[in-house]
Amino acid sequence: MSTPSVNTSAAIPAGFGEAAFEAFLSTRDEPEWVTQSRRDAFKSYCELLESELDPEEFRRVDLRAMRPDRFQLNAASELSQDSADGNDTGTILKGQAEFAGHVTHIDGQLASNDLSAELAAKGVIFGDLAVVVRDHSDLIKKHFMTKAVDSETDRFSAWHAAFWTGGTVLYVPRNVSVEAPLHSLITLQAEKAADFSHTLIILEDGASATLLEETVSATTENLGLHVGAVELILGQEARLRYVQLQNWNQKAWHIAHQAGRVENNGFLQWTVGGIGAKLAHIHQDVVLDGRGAEAEVNGVTFSTEKQIHSFYTQQAHNAPETRSDLLYKQVLRDHSRAIWRGMILVEAEGQQTNGYQRNDSLMLSPTCRVDAIPGLEIEADDVRCTHGATAGRVDEEQIFYCMSRGMSEYEAMHMIVEGFFQTVFDRIPVEVVRETLNQAIIKKLGFGR
Amino acid sequence: MSLLKISDLHVSVSDTPILKGVDLEIKQGEIHALMGPNGSGKSTLAYAMAGHPGYTITGGKIEIDGTNIIELDPNERARLGLFLAFQYPVVIPGVKVADFLRHAMSNVRNPDRKEGEKLIPMREFRKELLGQMNELGMDPEMARRYLNDGFSGGEKKRMEILQLAMLKPKFAVLDETDSGLDSDAVKVVSEGLSRLSGPEMGVLIITHHERLLEFNQPQFTHVMLAGRIVETGDANLAAELHEHGYSNIRERHPEAAAEEVVEAV
Repeated sequence: MSTPSVNTSAAIPAGFGEAAFEAFLSTRDEPEWVTQSRRDAFKSYCELLESELDPEEFRRVDLRAMRPDRFQLNAASELSQDSADGNDTGTILKGQAEFAGHVTHIDGQLASNDLSAELAAKGVIFGDLAVVVRDHSDLIKKHFMTKAVDSETDRFSAWHAAFWTGGTVLYVPRNVSVEAPLHSLITLQAEKAADFSHTLIILEDGASATLLEETVSATTENLGLHVGAVELILGQEARLRYVQLQNWNQKAWHIAHQAGRVENNGFLQWTVGGIGAKLAHIHQDVVLDGRGAEAEVNGVTFSTEKQIHSFYTQQAHNAPETRSDLLYKQVLRDHSRAIWRGMILVEAEGQQTNGYQRNDSLMLSPTCRVDAIPGLEIEADDVRCTHGATAGRVDEEQIFYCMSRGMSEYEAMHMIVEGFFQTVFDRIPVEVVRETLNQAIIKKLGFGR
Repeated sequence: MSLLKISDLHVSVSDTPILKGVDLEIKQGEIHALMGPNGSGKSTLAYAMAGHPGYTITGGKIEIDGTNIIELDPNERARLGLFLAFQYPVVIPGVKVADFLRHAMSNVRNPDRKEGEKLIPMREFRKELLGQMNELGMDPEMARRYLNDGFSGGEKKRMEILQLAMLKPKFAVLDETDSGLDSDAVKVVSEGLSRLSGPEMGVLIITHHERLLEFNQPQFTHVMLAGRIVETGDANLAAELHEHGYSNIRERHPEAAAEEVVEAV
């Protein structure tokens, strides 16, 4: 099943000024509340551009070279049929049939969409936000930037809220289990294309699902911009496994606000893979709102050349007996940089919570740099919170040991890097997901298997 | 028949000369014991043979069938049929024993293999791995564990012997494979080694203890003192050293004894 585009063609000027915004709005056919929220957000965006970004979050992230005016939003009908079938995008998953549904976006517009009839019959919605916001306006209005990501947070959240193009929506009704994983593919193709996709996942009480989302570029040369948002909203006893593999080319900018909220006894397993982009900055919050809510946050990043991968993570415990467990594993090479600033926040209500955060980084060259800064802010008096960070180089003795068994120096290093990430992969029970992450890393290491 | 020949080997560690002219010849099928007091240079010889970057060869040769290997990387030496069983095997977190061994075996059996090229077929590999593990009394579950991660001392040494069994080198150097093991574990390792050694393998056993040699009777025993091999004898020499220690050796070689590095007490 392929859903036709809802948007009409019109030329949108480059950049994100007033003229671009009005031209962009004229291409949208959306409920009034959406248009109004865009106008409000655009106003905020213009104001927030004048104010300083939170130094705590952005001190180490150099955005001066980003130049938004170079990038351009696309209207749907500009897509050629060749690109619309998605065949020239670099997904690792090509030909894998284990998914119960797919959504594919190109340059911010829906390219294709399918969902198994069985799931559709159970009331599961899986599609493009630009379509779903019209067909299920009330459902989206209730959850869209109301609970998880706040458009007023900073210039990026407001920018996204004004210009969001579409994105993948997953809605799973009460007590419905989606057993097979779902796949969302977000691609950039045209030179200087912008993707403002918004991922919105709503799991009602007792629902469960697994979604694998990949962002990829069709070429290695084209400049790209992603200003995105991810919202994960879990009801009581809902279970979600969400993976976002950021695998843009090294010419893309990736800025995103991402947040998950979990109600009583819900479980969120959230894995981010940071492979691509010139510069990526992700603000990632998990908020545990209900008693017994649980979140496991995994990060796997691999930075090379002059890439910058920056993460600002928060684990908020707003209710008693909540548990959060964050594990980031970061590998760096060449002149790359990784920045991780992690915070565990426990409100006074969050008694008997257990918060954990850990960041391990492995540096493959003397010219890369890691800043890992864990932090705790605890208002409750009966909690267990621990954190730690390690950074080190590849152990020469490990390399020698592997080489003495016949492996070349590179093969040894690759094996050690894969092993370093393995402890995160061990936490992901869905094989196709684990294998996708692993393949992305192997590919980046520079050899096929 | 292959020949490993070491001539006038000089090795320094951090600019300090440790080996000062070592000569040694091992033919395929022979078992040699290398003994000597602490600090005499036994492990240095083992590491230098394997190509550890911290051990600088400042003179002399190590040849396998006439090819001087001192300029070769450790992996190239391994592919020529040299194996070192480590005194302190290295932990590689996240890398499963089976994956590690399959890569190692593919490289050693196909010395021209490049990274990313095909590995030994899984079925063939598994059959051989499980067979060898069974012979060494190892739980097949161990193949799924991460290499040496959380292994006991005995498990690590057994893992070295398993690798030896899988890689079937022409020349194996065992660096104090019996150290730190209780007598049961030494027995397992000794029996394993004796089962593996034969006409196809030359073995150099570096040891302080008698037990490993009981099961693996050496044809030659070498004694190292202050970076040189000062005496070579047969199995009786090993027995004598076990009984009397190194005082007789020092008396017979006063010049070498005078060069010994006195260990801080």
